[in-house]
Amino acid sequence: MAAASPSVFLLLVNGQIESANLPEFDDLYCKYCFVYGHDWSPVSGLEEGISQITSKSRVTQQDLVWNFPIDITFKSTNPFGWPQVVVSVYGPDVFGNDVVRGYGAVHIPITPGRHKRTIPLFVPESTSRLQKFTSWFLGRRPEFTDPKVVAQGEGREVTRVRSQGFLTLSFNIVTKDLKKLGYDTTSEMISVPEATYRP
Amino acid sequence: MEFTEEAVVLPAQVSSEIPSTSIEGQRALPPCPASHLWTSAAEYIVRERMREKLKAGRTKAKTTGQQEPQTSPSDREPFALDDLEFRRGDEKVSSRSRVKRQDSMPWRKKIQHDVPTSQEAYNFFAFSFFPEPLDMVTHVYMRRSSEHETCEEEPSGPDDEQEQKEKEEEEEKEEEEAGQEMEDPSLLKLEDRHLFIIDKVVPDLLEVKPAEFLDYQKRCEKEKSLLFTPSSVRVPVSLKVPENLQPRYLEEEGLYVGERPDVSLTNQNILENRLLQQEEGMKWFGDDGQVIALPNPIREYSTRLPFLSPLEHIDPALETVNRKTAKSKPTRYYTLGMADPHGDMQLDIDIPGLMFTHHSLFSREHVLADRLLQSYDHFLVRKQKNLVSQLRDKLHAIRTAVQNISELYNGSSLPPTIQRRVDEYKAEIRYTRKLLNSELEKDQTLLKSMIHVWKNIKALRDLQKFTNTPLKLLLRREEVDKIKEEQMYESEIQAEASELMEEYEEEYQKKLADFKAKYAEWKAWKKKQKSRKKMKQEQGEEGKEQEEEHDQEQGINLERPKRPEPVDQNTLVQQIRKRVYAIRKKPGEPLLIPELTSVGTITATELCPRSEVLRREDMLKRSFFIKIIFNNKVVSQTTSRSLNSDFRVHFGQIFNLKIYNQPESLKFQVFETMGLFPQMIAEVFIPIPETTLTTGSAPFEDYEFSSYQRVLFDHGGVGSDVPFSFEADGSNKVILLTSGKVSCSVSWAVGETSGEMNLQQSTGVQSTLKKHDIISSVRVSALRDMKMLSKWALESRLDPNDPNNTKLLQILKFATTGEVQIPNFFRLEELQEEFKFLKDKEFQKSKRFKLLELRNREVAEFRNYKLIPIMEREIPDKLLQEYEDRLKEIVVIDAKTQLDARRTLASNYLQKVRETVMTRFLIAKHHHNLWDIVVEEEIPSLALLGISFFTLLEPKRPLKPTRKERKKVTAQNLSDGDIKILVNVVRAYDIPIRRPIVSKTLVVSKSARTGTEIFAPGQPSQSASHASGHGWQFNQVLVRPFVEVTFQHAVQNTSAAEGPNPNWNEELELPFRAPRGNYSTSSLQSVKDNLFVNVFDELVFDMLEDDRERGTGIHTRTERHWLGSVRIPFTTIYFQSQIDGTFKIDCPPVLLGYVKYYGIGSDGGYDAVRNLSNGSYITLFITVEPQLAIAEAVREKRKSHCFLFLKFDSDEDEKLLQAAEKFHKRALLKFPTRRCLTSVTDIHGKTVFISRYVRPLDPPAELLETSLNNPQATAELVAYFVSLIPSLPDSVSFAGICDLWCTCDQFLHLLAGDEEEHAVLLCNYFLAMGKNAWLIIGNAIPEGPTVYVLTYEQNKFIIWNPSRGQFYSQYETFCPLQSVGCLVNADNVWFNIQQYDSPMRMNFDVSKSKFWKPFFTKSGSHPNLCSIQPEELIYYPTDKTAVAELQDRIEKLLKEKITEWRPRHPTRWNRYCSSSLRQFLPMLEMSRGRDVGDEHRLELQNLLGDYRICGFPMHMPFSDIEPIVEAVYSTGVHKNDIFNLEFALAVYICPYPNNVLSVWIYVASLVSKKYLQSHMSESSY
Repeated sequence: MAAASPSVFLLLVNGQIESANLPEFDDLYCKYCFVYGHDWSPVSGLEEGISQITSKSRVTQQDLVWNFPIDITFKSTNPFGWPQVVVSVYGPDVFGNDVVRGYGAVHIPITPGRHKRTIPLFVPESTSRLQKFTSWFLGRRPEFTDPKVVAQGEGREVTRVRSQGFLTLSFNIVTKDLKKLGYDTTSEMISVPEATYRP
Repeated sequence: MEFTEEAVVLPAQVSSEIPSTSIEGQRALPPCPASHLWTSAAEYIVRERMREKLKAGRTKAKTTGQQEPQTSPSDREPFALDDLEFRRGDEKVSSRSRVKRQDSMPWRKKIQHDVPTSQEAYNFFAFSFFPEPLDMVTHVYMRRSSEHETCEEEPSGPDDEQEQKEKEEEEEKEEEEAGQEMEDPSLLKLEDRHLFIIDKVVPDLLEVKPAEFLDYQKRCEKEKSLLFTPSSVRVPVSLKVPENLQPRYLEEEGLYVGERPDVSLTNQNILENRLLQQEEGMKWFGDDGQVIALPNPIREYSTRLPFLSPLEHIDPALETVNRKTAKSKPTRYYTLGMADPHGDMQLDIDIPGLMFTHHSLFSREHVLADRLLQSYDHFLVRKQKNLVSQLRDKLHAIRTAVQNISELYNGSSLPPTIQRRVDEYKAEIRYTRKLLNSELEKDQTLLKSMIHVWKNIKALRDLQKFTNTPLKLLLRREEVDKIKEEQMYESEIQAEASELMEEYEEEYQKKLADFKAKYAEWKAWKKKQKSRKKMKQEQGEEGKEQEEEHDQEQGINLERPKRPEPVDQNTLVQQIRKRVYAIRKKPGEPLLIPELTSVGTITATELCPRSEVLRREDMLKRSFFIKIIFNNKVVSQTTSRSLNSDFRVHFGQIFNLKIYNQPESLKFQVFETMGLFPQMIAEVFIPIPETTLTTGSAPFEDYEFSSYQRVLFDHGGVGSDVPFSFEADGSNKVILLTSGKVSCSVSWAVGETSGEMNLQQSTGVQSTLKKHDIISSVRVSALRDMKMLSKWALESRLDPNDPNNTKLLQILKFATTGEVQIPNFFRLEELQEEFKFLKDKEFQKSKRFKLLELRNREVAEFRNYKLIPIMEREIPDKLLQEYEDRLKEIVVIDAKTQLDARRTLASNYLQKVRETVMTRFLIAKHHHNLWDIVVEEEIPSLALLGISFFTLLEPKRPLKPTRKERKKVTAQNLSDGDIKILVNVVRAYDIPIRRPIVSKTLVVSKSARTGTEIFAPGQPSQSASHASGHGWQFNQVLVRPFVEVTFQHAVQNTSAAEGPNPNWNEELELPFRAPRGNYSTSSLQSVKDNLFVNVFDELVFDMLEDDRERGTGIHTRTERHWLGSVRIPFTTIYFQSQIDGTFKIDCPPVLLGYVKYYGIGSDGGYDAVRNLSNGSYITLFITVEPQLAIAEAVREKRKSHCFLFLKFDSDEDEKLLQAAEKFHKRALLKFPTRRCLTSVTDIHGKTVFISRYVRPLDPPAELLETSLNNPQATAELVAYFVSLIPSLPDSVSFAGICDLWCTCDQFLHLLAGDEEEHAVLLCNYFLAMGKNAWLIIGNAIPEGPTVYVLTYEQNKFIIWNPSRGQFYSQYETFCPLQSVGCLVNADNVWFNIQQYDSPMRMNFDVSKSKFWKPFFTKSGSHPNLCSIQPEELIYYPTDKTAVAELQDRIEKLLKEKITEWRPRHPTRWNRYCSSSLRQFLPMLEMSRGRDVGDEHRLELQNLLGDYRICGFPMHMPFSDIEPIVEAVYSTGVHKNDIFNLEFALAVYICPYPNNVLSVWIYVASLVSKKYLQSHMSESSY
């Protein structure tokens, strides 16, 4: 693509799934994947990832820290369907079965710079009390057929979910040619809070 | 530390210092060197200072002259203090007072404050705080430590009053206990000694003693004195409040008291008891005697703040912004251009009470009393107004005025103005006089009626012997001056008479004038008459009559007017007198003034008769209340009050309504409560008061109400709406309705701060309300009606200058002039245009937007189009072109021939239908169910548990392992190359074998199979028939078949095996590529690719020309000859997830150079079995790796989707559909794998019950005529005809999603359809032919879920494959039908409930309820469903010329194609061969590809002896040219690169009715034998 007249814009995302605050659970790992529109395609980097299992610190805060890096570059021709990162957290339950502990999704920030996002995590609820008990007992909790459901609005009306905790992600965003193609995401107003770097 | 100034306390303070100072003393003094061990310099200083203070204090105390014999000489001080300390310890032992007890606590506290050294710590822990009752001697050490304890005490905060008191007491006791003290010093000394050597000597000083034991009771006693157990008994309030005070309850005083935290009563009591024990305990209690408590801080609901770590800087966007609370503006609906009043207004409604003028409980007396009351009220009102005297005065005034005028002019003629005035006066006099007279009359009648009623009451009271009302009418007689009255009377009469006289005179004059005029007229008429009569007489008799008639008609038959009589004065005066006498009292008669009093006594209830008692009791039960309804909303209601004996209800309540909305209506509803449920009696509408009416100035007004309720009593109550009479004979009946008056006053409240303000605002409202408020004048709904609006505007005369009205006027202007059309719609988004970022035109132009739009609409071509370019120029034109072409294609038909046109039309129609169905499906797809989104384990049922239990018992490694379900892969993370299709080619049977070229022996092997034996294939009829193999050399290679699998242009071969029954057992792997790399379910199921399994014979020719090289080199040439193929659509594999079975190979009926292998050792008994199979078979196992889980999901989806379809629309009875649904569910529950079909979707997307499709329909007559004598042949021909109707090539794309069932006429019209259409048509034909036929709904290979036809012939069940035209016996091994779900005929549907569903092991007798479950049971009424099929099918012959044309076209095209496929070689065509082949094709058609092979071959061989021919005829139904080309290509005829190759091609199309065409294509390759022999020799193996 010629620099003078680009035909795609690039969105470079790197960041990490920093930590989660799930007060009741321990020994969790997480998976992430991206959901994006038809006009988007990953150029490089891992579209999906699965983290190590992390345990809570015995001493300090109750956070589960993964610091699991995300590094991906998208190209796109249309901001519609801007990528979202979907994170699902799993871990063992009382009986040692691997169950889901939370789903969450957030859009990749649209402005360049460093961003921190805290997203709530939730899990689908069982349809009845009996189901709830059996699912607890058998260690087969209800799960979404596809974690990507949480990034979409369609079909959500049929589900009931319970919130579980929070997950913190940090992003560093670089865009290329976005402005050249007529999409201005950085304005004076927006850039002010982003400029301050917070360690 | 400060001492307080109070002298009284001082000594105590001094003493309080003692413990600390004593220690200091001890330490500071030389004899206490031990103190060095631990005293720091700082401590020392402090202590020093303390001691000084102490001294000062003491001296002070002394000076105050405290009588206490305080002796504390400075030299004795340490000892004394020590003593004190010890004593104190003793004291504690013996103390009983609570002061002591409390004492122990501060001690501890103090200790805690210190920073303990290690020793201190030790002492602290070793020290017992509750000094035990032991003597000092024995517990020296303990004492020591206790002393240390005291030593440790820092002089900190001894301000405590308690301690002061305590010390005070201690000091007081000091003297008394002197004796005890005496013992102490010695001990002390001893102790002191120990002090020095404490660390080392402790063990030596320990005495071993038996363990101390205190008997339990004693201990309890001791403990009792020491411990305090707060009781949980409720503390009397008097203890908790200060003395002589009553508890004060703030809540009762109206102050807000928050909710107290919830503490259990016991705990509260304990706490209170404990607090009371303390000094100052009272301060914990409030005025109400409760423990002071803050309001309960615990919220009833939990709140959780979003997680934000405190370290993190809060995002500014998340920061809370506090805004002041603002009052939301009240919503005033439809305030059109009206001043917006800012404040709210208040309407005061004062309802003092209610009064009934009639009630159902009225007794007769009450009715009368009420009448009396009313007339009395009337009387009072009249009296107040005093109209009579007013009118009299007026009359008098006018009269005098007239008199004055007449006097002034004294007879002379009056000027016109004055005359007019006089006339006016006179008229006035006349009018006033009349009024006066009527008023006087009224007065008189009123009085009379009152007296009458009163008399009635009296009579009634006498009659019933009790009194119900306290009313009493008194008539006061007032004497008057008779003479004066008479004078007045007379003068009035005179005046009236004279006036009347005057009037009459005037009248007379007028009449006279009138008469005169009339008379003159009459005279003239008379004259005329006479003259006319004369004329008539002249004219003749006839005319006369006519004339007369004419006259009469004209109605001018004038009479002679009468002369008016003058009025006689005397008679007039008489008349007046008479009248006056009637209406006025006579002069001199006393004036009667009625007075109504209620002083009468009501008879006590006991004295009343039964009915009256009941009535009164009933009255007591009634109570009334009023609901206030403002703007049709109930806003308030009065309290319920009972009825007074005089039928008044007293409320006396004032309601203040705060009004936000404009007052539209105000009404009261009067309710009567009798028993439990209140009943509305009446509604009273109250007018909204004028704004000037403010509280205070508003008068009370009575609003009448009445009710039409009919109430009837059997007691003294007269009831309501019930006729009753006062007369004894029951005449003169009266019907009274319950009625009454609500007295109330409604007024606007005056504002608290400034009444004016509120008033003004409300004025604004009110004034507009009356005049400008549309709502009040026109109803809200009428607002939209312009006519009403304009009418209203006209009527109310809007002020055009009022800015409030500008809008309205504008609208009205438009409405009235009609210049601008008022839109008759309401625009929601007026600014929509402005939000568009592009104009519609530009949008239309832009390719990019169009593309985006199409993708969003999920148009098939663009459904998953990726990366739509951002720039317009990058979008290739042809991208959209294709789509637009397709759209156009529907309209424009490239009609080359007539036939094509029809077919394109049909296919386009089908395409349209499919699209609508598809869109419907897409809509349905967006409808989600929970199980689409959330995976949830089902609750394990008992059966499931049992199964899992049995799996535990299964052998770990079974001898015959079954295929297990593989792990399913969701589509999300698949990409190209991940999915493979695995084809396991196992073996094949009965592959045709080569006919050896060398062998010239012609073996005629004609199959002995005849039609009669078709339905008895089990019999070994053919065993003797074939001897073809006999002459064969055994070293001859029979055949070297190999299998080539083609999928998506990928080709895989097996190795070549040998013999007609090869066994490959090879696994081939073919990559799968989804369209556009989209592996979603919808995309996968729309894959149209087919998997071709072609069987070839491999011929190897030795190319080595020099035998000497044979040892060193191999030079061979291979040739492949197509033997047959199997086509399996991908969707079948996808939906089935695995295909395992033996398939019949589609072999051409004639394979040149090959012969059907019928087994070599043909005498064996197993031949019979072998010969069952009339063809070649191949065993395949096909699956997709990894398994795609979506297949299951799609099925699920389909189910729910079908359900949705059910919901869509149907002409079927709702009950039937429900029954079908139930039947289906039950069937699924029992046999989840069996197909149960009860209702299907027709071409319009409506649900139709399946048996409606079955109806006997006649097949084309020519089919029946061909072989009249042979029913089997006819049946076969019919089946053949049906199979010739092409299958919809892409029907698979939504085969699984929803089947559309066309009716037979639709099917024949469209000439394309699924298996079900074929089956239905075939079944209907068979029924028409008189066979017993059913539809089989089941599964078959390779098509999956399908529909077959079952017939019953000659005690055998025959299964027909409708789309291939083949039939099978029930017990045939290779029947493609694998399982049977249900059977359908015109009357019923049967579901298979047998153990097995394989046709071989089944019983097809549907009458057996053990095996088949009918949908319509015998008991259930069969609804006699009419068929949706037409009554008969119309057939028309196919155009022969068009067919010929098509034939030529296909041939030409194929030739072109073959040449095209061989770009590197010349393609020669052998015409001679072609023509001979062409001749042969009709024969094949006649025999339907059977039994002609050998003859034909012989013929060919004769014709073309010099050539080695290799070729085959292909047969297919005609749908389009494209599939034909494809089929030819797939055979690979062209893949032959022998130099001298020639081709032959023949096409034959046999037309059947309705454009059903059977296409035969004969392709052959010819090689000259000479050439062959010269160039190569066939390899020897």
